[in-house]
Amino acid sequence: MNAPEYTTIVGLEVHVQLKTASKLFCRCSTQFGAPPNTQVCPVCLGLPGSLPVLNAQAVQLAMRTGLALQCRIANFTKWDRKNYFYPDLPKGYQISQFDLPICAEGFLEIEIGSEATATRKKIRLVRAHLEEDAGKSLHDESATRDRKKSDTRIDLNRTGTPLLEIVSEPDIRSAEEAKSYLTELKLLLEYLDVSDCNMQEGSLRVDANVNVHIPNKDPNGKPIATPIVEVKNLNSFRAVERAIQYESARQYQLWQQNGLSIGQAPKQTRGWDDQDGITTLQREKEESADYRYFPDPDLVPVLIEESEIDHVLQSLCELPQTKRQRFVSEYQIKPYDAEVIVSQGLAIATYFESLIKLGSTPKRAAAWMQQDVLRTLRDQDIAIDQFAVTPCKLAGLLVAIESGKLDTTRGREVFNQLVQNPQIEVEAAIDSLGIVQVDNQAMEQLCAELLAANPDVVEKVKSGNAKAIGSLVGQAKKKNPNADPRVVQELCLTIINAS
Amino acid sequence: MSLDRAQVAKIALLARLSLSEQELDSATEQLGKIVGLFRQLEQVNTDGIEPLVHAIELHNVLAADQLAPSIERELALKNAPSADDECFRVNAVL
Repeated sequence: MNAPEYTTIVGLEVHVQLKTASKLFCRCSTQFGAPPNTQVCPVCLGLPGSLPVLNAQAVQLAMRTGLALQCRIANFTKWDRKNYFYPDLPKGYQISQFDLPICAEGFLEIEIGSEATATRKKIRLVRAHLEEDAGKSLHDESATRDRKKSDTRIDLNRTGTPLLEIVSEPDIRSAEEAKSYLTELKLLLEYLDVSDCNMQEGSLRVDANVNVHIPNKDPNGKPIATPIVEVKNLNSFRAVERAIQYESARQYQLWQQNGLSIGQAPKQTRGWDDQDGITTLQREKEESADYRYFPDPDLVPVLIEESEIDHVLQSLCELPQTKRQRFVSEYQIKPYDAEVIVSQGLAIATYFESLIKLGSTPKRAAAWMQQDVLRTLRDQDIAIDQFAVTPCKLAGLLVAIESGKLDTTRGREVFNQLVQNPQIEVEAAIDSLGIVQVDNQAMEQLCAELLAANPDVVEKVKSGNAKAIGSLVGQAKKKNPNADPRVVQELCLTIINAS
Repeated sequence: MSLDRAQVAKIALLARLSLSEQELDSATEQLGKIVGLFRQLEQVNTDGIEPLVHAIELHNVLAADQLAPSIERELALKNAPSADDECFRVNAVL
């Protein structure tokens, strides 16, 4: 195999809106979807004379996230002003954290490669810092035809909403790795219950820093790096993947034409156009110093005691990766099954564990979760907390199947009853379908009749083809819908062998 | 070493200040003097002294995450140079 033409290098900046009731520095609501400019006050409007006061809960949520990301939590953190002019930023600066962020130097482990050859990789994090969100610019559609009237409408409801900006090192090497990182990060944030992580509503936003490394012809030389491009306007994980694929190929092509490497051309910001599948130049990036960061005199520093950090650490829930490992070791289920269940979110994982605590075998519970439960949730487009079948009912059904009271096929019929009728109990559902356990004597009689009526099958089995017995199962079901296929097969074989 | 005219012009641009040639001259001189003062401060030996991040010796001024009423939209938009019933209006942003 030839050496690849280039290696894709990606670092991701993820902005996460923290789940607080009020904003980062004032007590206006952070609720999404309110009428424009109804959740604003002198602080978030940036009116003269107003003073910001830090939201204690935002600090807690940032610490919780930082600890789950294996970060060092700062004992001393402070606030800085990042100065730039944009209409959705009423103060002319954003309150952010420059040199002393609340969280530093963590990592997130992701899985790379396909199922059989999957390995785990650490993506290091530079930092995670708190900052306030900006407002929203709304383009006035009605005015677009008349350029004189064409202007932009500004809604400042979002201004001041707490954001945690999580910055990765450029450790990501492909679009697939980027997707894996984002998927795992989102899952972690959902388990921690620190954010809604809704990309449509903008509570999770991603920018990608992309460049490529091209092998040097000189065997002793360093690889050639192309100028870094920050890609914005990434509205879905799929968009992130596509944009990285496009952007790395574009940079390689451009380098072949102009030969410019990092430092020989300015850092660019480009916007992803999802429709056309391309990135377009937005601006040549301002250097960090151009934001003229300086400490915000309106806000005092935050000191965090070790005991407080310990307290938050102790209160963390079990994280997805720990849960996956525990499901495999404690319940002996396959890593793939553990992955599917855990990645569906905390509520699903908890539901699964409830089934086991209520008596189901882990293997049966895992199978039913993945097939019947998840499929029904998808079909009905609902979350598990709206699901008609409680863990108690499903566990009852699975225990009944386990004990041989009914088979899996009939179990599915009961399950459908439970889905369709939230009031009905398992026993009643079983009764309503006329399911009764067929006693051994009746089963033996049934099997004997079947064998007598099918001498050809008996011959096949006697000549060594035990699988031929399978053709009797359908007939047995017709005669008695409660006949358990497994029991029918076993009994028939026993009878043949004894004859 | 002091500030040159080009540096001051760049700072003015970042701060969205429109300076005449004359103003640019005087700003260069005045800002140069301020930078000079800091050069002087730099000569003080600060070994072993913790950096000061805030002039007030206070920390952890925090508020509970509880909603307080926002202001009326009409009031919020009242002093804007341009607004409609719901939003501030600004020149088209591309």
